[in-house]
Amino acid sequence: MKPVVHQGGWLILATFLAAFILAIVPLPGLLQFVRPEWSALILIYWCMAIPERIGVGYGWIAGLFLDVLKGTLLGQHALCMAVLAYLVINLHQRIRLFPLWQQAIVVWMLLNLYQLLLLWFDGITGQPSKGLQFWLPPIAGMVLWPWIFILLRHFRRTFKVQ
Amino acid sequence: MTLDHRQQHLHALRAGLSLIIAPIEYLVDLPAEVVHWFSESMSSRQQLQEENARLHSQNLLMQARSLKNADLEAENRRLRGLLGSSLKVADRVLIAELYNVDLDPYKHLIRINKTARHGVFVDQPLMDAFGIMGQVIKVLPSHSTVRLITDPGHSIPVQVSRNGLRTIATGTGQINRISLPYLPNNADIRKGDRLVTSGLGEIYPPGYPVATVTDVKRTPDRAFAQISAEPTAHLNRSREVLLVFSGQHIKNMHHSVSKKKRKGKNK
Repeated sequence: MKPVVHQGGWLILATFLAAFILAIVPLPGLLQFVRPEWSALILIYWCMAIPERIGVGYGWIAGLFLDVLKGTLLGQHALCMAVLAYLVINLHQRIRLFPLWQQAIVVWMLLNLYQLLLLWFDGITGQPSKGLQFWLPPIAGMVLWPWIFILLRHFRRTFKVQ
Repeated sequence: MTLDHRQQHLHALRAGLSLIIAPIEYLVDLPAEVVHWFSESMSSRQQLQEENARLHSQNLLMQARSLKNADLEAENRRLRGLLGSSLKVADRVLIAELYNVDLDPYKHLIRINKTARHGVFVDQPLMDAFGIMGQVIKVLPSHSTVRLITDPGHSIPVQVSRNGLRTIATGTGQINRISLPYLPNNADIRKGDRLVTSGLGEIYPPGYPVATVTDVKRTPDRAFAQISAEPTAHLNRSREVLLVFSGQHIKNMHHSVSKKKRKGKNK
């Protein structure tokens, strides 16, 4: 049996880098409340497409970088991303079969969970409450999911990432 | 892990990771920087001349005022000497620049480009040309993070400059409003009063402008009056800010920056 040759690692790195940049790019006014969790979306895609390669560990490391980038408690985003990666890997065979709009709904639920964990951290550390607009980013993520999916699949196929 | 962080054990790890992150921040900041540079190099000769003239007249005005200030300071020192109270050392400042990045939209945090190498320390006050902006909460090798006075988790001890009434101002989460929740209904405060730092709490040096009272609501059935004020600092417009070194920290600054220049403002 021939071992699977991993390739295209740079593309995965590049997508995460782009997600980090998008995570702190200044947005005007109210738009910043709708900013989707780019890195979470990217992580969901890669965990779904190549679960034997990208998993909880990568999620955790990416989350750690996100923590430093956003100046939050070290480990807050890391834990959320790790949980997200675990769930997606568990579900990936099912999600892959769904049509795009159903996938988007699942992604919305996953992002809600991610947001819930973040809210839980804020509660523990005594941050003031944030109101209902805190639940807007998962909706933005859901709306963007089909496009992200198609774009990343195109990249994955052209550069033969496996 | 999280608990560990609360006791600051992971600072070294965060510092290390921040070095890897630094290029990303730089990249995000780049467009704003380029636009700034572009508008500067593209402005016409006439515009530059106008600006030059304006700055010149402003400079003249400031100089005249500072002359008077020096006189007042001398008089103040003499009077303090008569009273036998301690001499207030002049504060010194360091100019820093903001990174153009968005952090959590629910917290009012900003990033600046000065770090421990320049003598920045945690709890150091930050101001712009118009008033107090906030305090440093994290110092990392590539940047420092500052909490603005309008952050909902931030409070600053203030004083009404008209009558010396002391209280605490708390952030509201709106960039143009802070609130004074701890003043009773019969407190002597009214619209237009200027709030300055009181120097209590030993973080902010006394006497710097913080905000102007915009609204006083006295409801008889409440224990405290509802007072809101507008920060005088241009919290979301300033790009260049000043880090204030006061009292014993001036020594630290000397230690880390240079040993020259004993008086006045240092760049």
